[in-house]
Amino acid sequence: MPYFGSEETVKELKRALSNPNVHADRLRYKNYISKVIRMKDLDSWAQSEVLTFLLRYRPRSDDQLFDILSLLDSFLQSAHAHVTVATLRLFLQLASAHPAVQADALLRTSAPLLATCGAASRELRFAGLCHVQQVMRSQPGLFGTHYKRFFCGYSEPTYIKFRKMEILVELVNDENVSLVLEELRSYCTDVSPELAQAAIAAIGRIARTYSEKCLDILTGLLALKQDHITSAVIQTFRDLVWFCPQSTAAVCQTVEACVDSPQDSEGKQALLWLLGEHGDQISSAPYVMEGYIDGLKTELSSAVKMELLTASVKMFLCRPAETQDMLGRLLHYCIEEESDVCVRDRALLCYRLLQRGVEETRKVVTGPKSDPSMSVLTGRQEEPISQWTATFNTLGPLSGRDLCPQTAVISAADQPSSSAEKELLPDEEISLSLGSPLSHETFEKMWLDLEILHRQTLGSPRPRTAPDTLQAALQLVKIQTLAFTPGDTVPWKAYIYTRSTGTLILAELLQGDQQAPGSDESLVVSVKQQPVNQHAIRGFVSILKSVLQTLNVDSS
Amino acid sequence: MISQIFILSTKGDHLIYKDYNIIMKPFRGEESKDSINGFYEMVTALSGDQPPVVMVNSGFLGELMSGLHFIHARQGGLYWVASTKTNPSPFTIIEFLNRLAALTKDYCGSLSEKSVRMNFALIYELLDEMVDFGYIQTTSTDILKNFIQTEAVSSKPFSLFDLSNVGLFGAETQQSKVAPSVAASRPIMSSRGEQGGKNEIFVDVIERLSVVIGSKGVLMKADIQGEIRIKCFLPTCSEMRIGLNEELSIGKSQLKGYSSAVRVDECRFHQAVKLDEFDTFRILKVCPSQGEQTVMQYQLCDELPCAPPFQLFPSVEKDYVNRSVNLSMVLIFLKLRCDLPPKSTALNVSITVPVPKGSTSMSQELSSPDQTAELQPKNKALLWEIPRFPGGAQLSALFKVDVPGLSSASLLEVGPVSMSFELPKQTCTGLQIRFLRLSPTQTGLSQRWVRYVTHSDSYTIRI
Repeated sequence: MPYFGSEETVKELKRALSNPNVHADRLRYKNYISKVIRMKDLDSWAQSEVLTFLLRYRPRSDDQLFDILSLLDSFLQSAHAHVTVATLRLFLQLASAHPAVQADALLRTSAPLLATCGAASRELRFAGLCHVQQVMRSQPGLFGTHYKRFFCGYSEPTYIKFRKMEILVELVNDENVSLVLEELRSYCTDVSPELAQAAIAAIGRIARTYSEKCLDILTGLLALKQDHITSAVIQTFRDLVWFCPQSTAAVCQTVEACVDSPQDSEGKQALLWLLGEHGDQISSAPYVMEGYIDGLKTELSSAVKMELLTASVKMFLCRPAETQDMLGRLLHYCIEEESDVCVRDRALLCYRLLQRGVEETRKVVTGPKSDPSMSVLTGRQEEPISQWTATFNTLGPLSGRDLCPQTAVISAADQPSSSAEKELLPDEEISLSLGSPLSHETFEKMWLDLEILHRQTLGSPRPRTAPDTLQAALQLVKIQTLAFTPGDTVPWKAYIYTRSTGTLILAELLQGDQQAPGSDESLVVSVKQQPVNQHAIRGFVSILKSVLQTLNVDSS
Repeated sequence: MISQIFILSTKGDHLIYKDYNIIMKPFRGEESKDSINGFYEMVTALSGDQPPVVMVNSGFLGELMSGLHFIHARQGGLYWVASTKTNPSPFTIIEFLNRLAALTKDYCGSLSEKSVRMNFALIYELLDEMVDFGYIQTTSTDILKNFIQTEAVSSKPFSLFDLSNVGLFGAETQQSKVAPSVAASRPIMSSRGEQGGKNEIFVDVIERLSVVIGSKGVLMKADIQGEIRIKCFLPTCSEMRIGLNEELSIGKSQLKGYSSAVRVDECRFHQAVKLDEFDTFRILKVCPSQGEQTVMQYQLCDELPCAPPFQLFPSVEKDYVNRSVNLSMVLIFLKLRCDLPPKSTALNVSITVPVPKGSTSMSQELSSPDQTAELQPKNKALLWEIPRFPGGAQLSALFKVDVPGLSSASLLEVGPVSMSFELPKQTCTGLQIRFLRLSPTQTGLSQRWVRYVTHSDSYTIRI
């Protein structure tokens, strides 16, 4: 490597990257400092390489930490975006125990990050937007005053516009809501149907907090009588009613006044759900439904037919006189003449339920009318910065999902650095993910087959909060709750699972069991895993502990 | 870090391919073609542009290249792609690809499929020197020019007869010399070439204007992003001093004096710029290397010193021609006023007005023969083009659009009007270059050219 800075830097870096013996002991402080001091002589590419390489260092004391941070300070304002962002990542990672330092670093780099969002190169703009989104997960107010920068330009490609709309939704506050809504309203009539639908969905999300203004806009959009817009608006109404039950009355009025029906299957399903769920508030509901039932022979989508069945039964329960006849026709058609097996089965289920009696049907068919987790009222939690530092300044945010560190296919040149990296950092962040849900039977089978790999007393008792809150809190850190015993039974058990870096982790939380030692006062967690990865278990337990501690602090 | 670098044309032709995997794989030729084709299919599968990071994940290709990410940038109508197996910083790779495209443009004169095809040897040589084992070494022209041997082949010879911007008559052209607009787009000479070509240096002040005007003519958002770019054809580096307006003030201050001071909100400078005289005299000192570089970037939000260049007075009505036959027209009357000072003009002004869905045809009344307008049913819009728009002038046009099945809500679909234009010889912030001095080490005459231009990034007017 002839011109990678000076000769000595090249030699050192080459040695460090390829010699496994150097990896065996950690980076020493003086090594680190010498690299940092020479950074001013390097050009920008070498600087960002050095900064990425230096992510592996762990400072031994606060003095060391602040020494390093003050030396690197000037690079936070570098003219090159990649150096600034790499320095920011290093700051956030090194100072993970000092949130004030992290917040200060984020504040100082907010201006350069915003500048990349307005860069001439579209790809750079996209990268800047994705990283701004990540930062906003922890500091939503940082970019609040600059919301105008995120208005979409006319000629920007759709991927940039989608991201900008997502950011605009999160930036809304009392002062700028009308301007932002006006802007989003003008995107709803865009030529591209995907963009129009995304804009309408964005208005729907804002509507969960600012219902009246958004409802006015959405009602106005229905008047345009354009298929894709009408369908998107009805789907937004369905989501709005689910998350924000106080807007049900207004939504029902609008749906009643709307004469058009959507033409695509998503829109039809949404309309049918609304009619079935809130049929008592929409006076013309049975007649609209009759229209669908009569046109059943020409209906192609089986999802729509199943939704129609469920909605008709729900409507029958609240308005029997009007619905009885058409329900009969519907069931007759679906059982006798329908070719799709799923629809026929659903129809048979409805018929047999109704044979049992109205009360039985009511118990099975009616469900919650709005989102049980009440996430809107509690607001969006600000995530701790450590949740996303591992993927900051990597390809993760740009491709829309967290990329796991590469384990399988690594070329020889990269092999020493990446595999050594994994052993070198026992306290590297573990990223959890939900993946596909496990069924009860699968969980039970796996639980009985595997052996306990790790058992630990967590040191904190079961949080005295409602089970729903515990479930929601665990969900936030991507741990899925399978089952738990009701509130005050002793012993109290819960079964949870999650996935991380290619392994599946199953765990049981136990309190108050006579046979398990130490479980009277605090929770005991038993972990089973397939395949085995001790590192992931440690990460999982630490995340679990922090969640429980947070909940305990909140509830006490 | 980087596994492969390749350049594709819009049709998927492999123009350049360079592999940095050092594992000796048999049948490497086949694999490389597969990965390129896989990438091309993913990128062109859907209409419209794809986000820069693409991961090839499907079927056979997925097993072959699990974990391979492609990062691409589109420049000059070509795909510039880097693939990687690790998880590097996206900013680094994207800036590297942009810089590679800029260097290619410097060395070859212009950036197009033709120039890349003709100069592939030069580009391979550049890639050899720039990236080593997948790690980026250097992208600075000064260092690279010591190692690049190949001469550039340019697609058309530079000719003084290409007079697109030169005025032939008038006192001003005799006093101030004007060079044709293609003068700056020739290849930079390698150090071993003959000393043909003049010693010239071009300084461009380029601003991008992004404006949203609300429905009653109220300015809702105004944003200027500006750059000072230097394109240097001097064979040796000498120090250059650029003097900006002395009253340039940076940052939002509460005190605003009576003078129409030039203000920017913030600015960033290239690494090589020395700022010791910037605070007092607003002078930048830099040793420009050959080729193009951006010396300063600045931006100004929300408080523009000048009025937005265009104001639109629209009126949209329905016109029922024949009630019994349900045929109706939408009348769009647009009055466009240019608020620039009388001596300046706007070039290539094009106005796009969305029209209701289902519009079939259009008739127009335009005020002069060089303007054109056409209806584009695919984009659901009408496009009005004005090649030259003098300052202070007002142009109007009447469009009658046939919309069968017109409903009362169709008028709402005549949506926000977008404009694109170019304002030569002016900057909206008022930033000017007072002087440009080269330290006198040049043998022979060296010429300095300064150019100001403002483009519209996104100019939207709501109706």
